[in-house]
Amino acid sequence: MLNFIVRRIIFAIITLLAVSAVVFAIFSLLPFDPAALTCGQRCTDQIIEGNRIKLGFDKPIYIQYWLFLTGIFLGRSYGEGAAAFTCPAPSFGYSFNENECVTSLLTEALPVTVNLALGALIIWLVAGVSLGVIAARFRGRWADTTSSVFVLLGTSLPTFVTGLALLIWVTIKWKLVPLSVIGYTPFLENPVKFLQFFILPWITLAIAYAALYTRFTRAAVLEILGEDYIRTARAKGVKERAVLLKHTMRAVFAPIITLAGLDFAGLIGGAIITETIFNLPGLGRLTLRSVTEFDLSIVLATTLLAASVVIIMNLIIDMLYAVLDPRVRV
Amino acid sequence: MSQILTVNDLHVAFPTDDGLVRAVDGVSLTLSQGETIAIVGESGSGKTVTGLSVMGLHKKGATQISGSVLLKDGDRTVDIVTASDEEIRQLRGRAVAMIFQDPMSSLHPYYRIGNQLAEGYLVHNPGQKKQAHARAIEMLDLVGIAEPAQRADEYPHQFSGGMRQRVMIAMALMNSPRVLIADEPTTALDVTVQAQILILLKSIQKEFNMGILLITHDLGVVAQVADKVSVMYAGRVIEQGAADDVFYTPKAPYTLGLLKSVPRISTHGSARLKAIPGQPPSMINLPTGCAFAPRCEYTSDALGDICATDRPALLGTDSMHLSRCHVAEPTRDRLFVKELKEVRS
Repeated sequence: MLNFIVRRIIFAIITLLAVSAVVFAIFSLLPFDPAALTCGQRCTDQIIEGNRIKLGFDKPIYIQYWLFLTGIFLGRSYGEGAAAFTCPAPSFGYSFNENECVTSLLTEALPVTVNLALGALIIWLVAGVSLGVIAARFRGRWADTTSSVFVLLGTSLPTFVTGLALLIWVTIKWKLVPLSVIGYTPFLENPVKFLQFFILPWITLAIAYAALYTRFTRAAVLEILGEDYIRTARAKGVKERAVLLKHTMRAVFAPIITLAGLDFAGLIGGAIITETIFNLPGLGRLTLRSVTEFDLSIVLATTLLAASVVIIMNLIIDMLYAVLDPRVRV
Repeated sequence: MSQILTVNDLHVAFPTDDGLVRAVDGVSLTLSQGETIAIVGESGSGKTVTGLSVMGLHKKGATQISGSVLLKDGDRTVDIVTASDEEIRQLRGRAVAMIFQDPMSSLHPYYRIGNQLAEGYLVHNPGQKKQAHARAIEMLDLVGIAEPAQRADEYPHQFSGGMRQRVMIAMALMNSPRVLIADEPTTALDVTVQAQILILLKSIQKEFNMGILLITHDLGVVAQVADKVSVMYAGRVIEQGAADDVFYTPKAPYTLGLLKSVPRISTHGSARLKAIPGQPPSMINLPTGCAFAPRCEYTSDALGDICATDRPALLGTDSMHLSRCHVAEPTRDRLFVKELKEVRS
């Protein structure tokens, strides 16, 4: 097992290096002068040249990449003399548009996105899996039909429709959730505000995903119910309830966990539409803004972060799988 | 010997989009303690459906069942056809147990062997965890699994096919049932392992004084273990009798065909395998007359075209050896004995 984890970590590091190199290369190929983008309208050539040297854009691309990599571990200083400033390790660069170290931008945005993704994940897992089980249990009856209507709506309605609809009706017309919640409040500081802040974005995301999970769970449960070992369980005299909730669900959980892990990782990369609709200062919005402003340092950092989360989640899924399925244990 | 299972005029049909599939059409049999009845027939003849009916494992909504399946449970007798789901569930695994054809897929891949066995005991003896595990290890030992205590902690994928079938048998024995239904227990196994499993079944039958309903298409298996044989064709019992009688003096043309089609290592060089021509009929549109008539070589020996118009009844001059055929029994006896002699010489 340890051997397996070490191998996977080495592989992860190689993947991350490749991802960062590709993003770096893409931005260096774009027909924009990164230094020119660092200052606003009242710009002079002198300022541009100054910023170019300050941010290291005057150096060859591979030196820039090297500086970026060393910055992650050692921190990085920009400029000289009195104007010099330092982004301490782990430094992912400096954003001139925001006038801030990228790392501190990330540490502000990450908790918002993690909380958004985690809350939505819990809701859609509970709702999607239980609906799927009910649909499979009462196959062909009204509960099944109702759930397929939900699946159809959930999968066909884009998040910007459900999100806006929730915002308009729940917040503005019915005033069930106040709109005036300004900014993100950590759960431990004020749980009520935290919930008010996240409840609608959670539901928006959860509807889209729960529909997929309902369909997936229903199909998986029906497939497992047809397995020979389920017949064996019935032949032993196991109660129908235990046949479904114990014998069947045990086999259904493994693929659901794989799916959930990957979907969760994808959301950490940024639920761009949901974050935009509800004005959540998360990673998705940060990425979107930095892409439109060609802010390489932020895009690079969020891309690397998203890639790391996907890789780490994959590792966690594989380890969980080994716990769940005795056949893959090494 | 007391009767522990009586199946009376059992009909099982499944409604489908194409029509009603009459999988079992009037099957009757009586199983006593310590006795083995083999149900023989090709795929789709209704053998397994009969077995599942005894277990009450058919889906209620999707199946039409009539007749009766009377199972002795202690002093009382329960009719599986009319009993409630909960009543049947309490009998399953306790009064009647079943082992299935494919031991590779019949064990839950995610649970330890010991726990899967213990569950069968716990379902009927709630709360007795210690006894259940002790019983599991005892049964694993009984079916010939070495180091049963360690093996109980392993998962199904760590067992070979033959060992898994032994585990299935151990699982069926957890509550010492009086009736064991063995649905093709050796079909998925190597020939050498097949023999071991049959010997095992025989020995545990003696030990537990169980009645075994052995479902198989393998006549070799029947010859080794069965006391009585019911030959099924298209959902009906076409011949029924003591195993020796059916083997040496078959009465139904279909049984004769089956016996003739057993490959033999002959001393007269190579001979063509005598297969029964044609295919079994569709279970939705059964012929109005004898179901076997379209494939039968002896229809001309009957009176007129009665084979195509009338269903033959299950009759016999010897009440212990019955068959369905319009051809007069003495005629059949004469013809069949000659044919068998030719094949078996």
